[in-house]
Amino acid sequence: MHEILEASEVVPQPSQPAKDAVATLTNITKRYANGVVALDGLSLSLHPGEIVALLGPNGAGKSTAVKLMMGLSSPTSGTARIFGLDPRNTAARLRTGVMLQIGRAPEMLRVREHLMIFRGYYANPMPYADIIKAAGLEGIEERFFGELSGGQKQRVLFGIALAGDPDLIFLDEPTVGLDIEARRLMWAEIRALAARGKTVLLTTHYLEEADALAHRIIVINNGKVVCEGTPNEVKSRGTSGAAGSTGAVRIIRCVTTLTANHLLAIPSVSHVEVNGNFVTITSEQAEATLREMLALDQSLHSLEVQRPALEDAFLALTSNN
Amino acid sequence: MSTAALLLPSANRRPNAVGIFLTEIRFEVLRSLRTRVYSLSAIGFPVMFYCLFGLLMNRDVTVGNGVLLAKYLLGGYSVFGSLGAAIFGIGVGVALDRSAGWLELKRASPMPTLAYVSSKCAMAVVFSLIIVCVLTALGIAFGHVHLTFHEFISIAGLAVAGSIPFSCLGLAMAFLIPPNAAGGVANLVYLPMSFLSGLWVPLRFLPKFLQNIAPAFPTYHLAQLMYASLGAPSWGTVLTHVIGLLSFTALMAGITYVAFRRAEQNS
Repeated sequence: MHEILEASEVVPQPSQPAKDAVATLTNITKRYANGVVALDGLSLSLHPGEIVALLGPNGAGKSTAVKLMMGLSSPTSGTARIFGLDPRNTAARLRTGVMLQIGRAPEMLRVREHLMIFRGYYANPMPYADIIKAAGLEGIEERFFGELSGGQKQRVLFGIALAGDPDLIFLDEPTVGLDIEARRLMWAEIRALAARGKTVLLTTHYLEEADALAHRIIVINNGKVVCEGTPNEVKSRGTSGAAGSTGAVRIIRCVTTLTANHLLAIPSVSHVEVNGNFVTITSEQAEATLREMLALDQSLHSLEVQRPALEDAFLALTSNN
Repeated sequence: MSTAALLLPSANRRPNAVGIFLTEIRFEVLRSLRTRVYSLSAIGFPVMFYCLFGLLMNRDVTVGNGVLLAKYLLGGYSVFGSLGAAIFGIGVGVALDRSAGWLELKRASPMPTLAYVSSKCAMAVVFSLIIVCVLTALGIAFGHVHLTFHEFISIAGLAVAGSIPFSCLGLAMAFLIPPNAAGGVANLVYLPMSFLSGLWVPLRFLPKFLQNIAPAFPTYHLAQLMYASLGAPSWGTVLTHVIGLLSFTALMAGITYVAFRRAEQNS
């Protein structure tokens, strides 16, 4: 499974040679002292100017992978490289920005002071005014961190990640606690960073965010890469089952008297799920499936046909894997 | 430093390390002073005890060599204050930074880890100095304490030097104790250690077996050095106290290093 999915057919544009990669994890295994294997032969690479979303259920190894790239943890075997350097190397850290989910930052420092401290770590930091604008911090610069709302705190942490004008930015759940407007603003900012050639790796629980933002999605489960590709590729990959067929997968929802067994007997139906009155059918040839269903059940109603959402693909890829 | 930095290509340029240390220290001190729960209790407790036992009660009592109790307790409560500032500021503060992920964010940045550690130690030093100054001012104003300039400089210097072993104790606690227990354990270390080192009640009034274990604590050694420099009766020699403090510092630094490594490997 792993090898098949890693093959280049999944990623249509040939991925750039490894020497161009901004960050790489090569055949990483990470075993904790308590025996838990968080990563199991994981390899991935990030290239200049791309936004990569790392998805996976809780405990899949996402945060371990990110921590390895940040140099906060070292692998049991395999190599992690950032700009060709060990991630713990200061020269690598000078070109990297990090946004982590923080329970509590020093509360009695002002927003301006927090940014000033982090800007001081770099020889060529991002101009202060640019950080304020990019992170949307206008008007709260003199406030103490402890006085801010959850969304404002999140924006300050984003500002901290930008402080060094880094070439590689790790964003762990960047838009948690943001309202829709602030989330769109941050998305626009992340796209602008990538447009300037910066590389962004983000982890998120909002699949909509990965769909809207990422050039490439890497799905990991049980410490391995399960699937990797553009959002559209991942969607068709996840919903087309093991066949690996075309990308024409559709999700059909309707109220019907047909039983799940009936539906599964219809050719090209790969998955059926019953929720109360509604059934959700995954089909690789929606038109043919529908013709047959309508012929079999005259009372069929409330029909909806959708392209598969990333969520469907994600659940399919990470369940019983 | 800055001229050397200018000659390097911009991608490899590093900022001035001294600047990072100073900024880190400045804002850590500022942050602690602004955090009233901490600053008021760190300074308030030794001041309150000193006022109670040194200034209100036991007026005009002497401890030997004609030294007033109010002067003698200046030494004990300065040590008590330094220990409290380090245990609560560093032991609890760093434990909270760890559990909240703030320390991780700092470590993922190009900041040298030592800058973070020094800022915490500097904060403990600043609080120690504030406490010595406040206690001395109170003693002179309300306790008829006479202190030569040399005596004051000695106890202030000892408070600064004593902050180092106490800071190492705080760091070891921060890396050994689960963060949600840090506050409770800090009190369990702070109060018994102060009592057993004779900071509240002079050691000669304590049972013999407690007197025998006192030299295990850095607070005992620092307090004896304080008493000696205030001209009050003290036990032991300067050399034994210096050795006692240095070994305690080395032990705590070693424990911190091992615990930090272990935490790092398991993260």
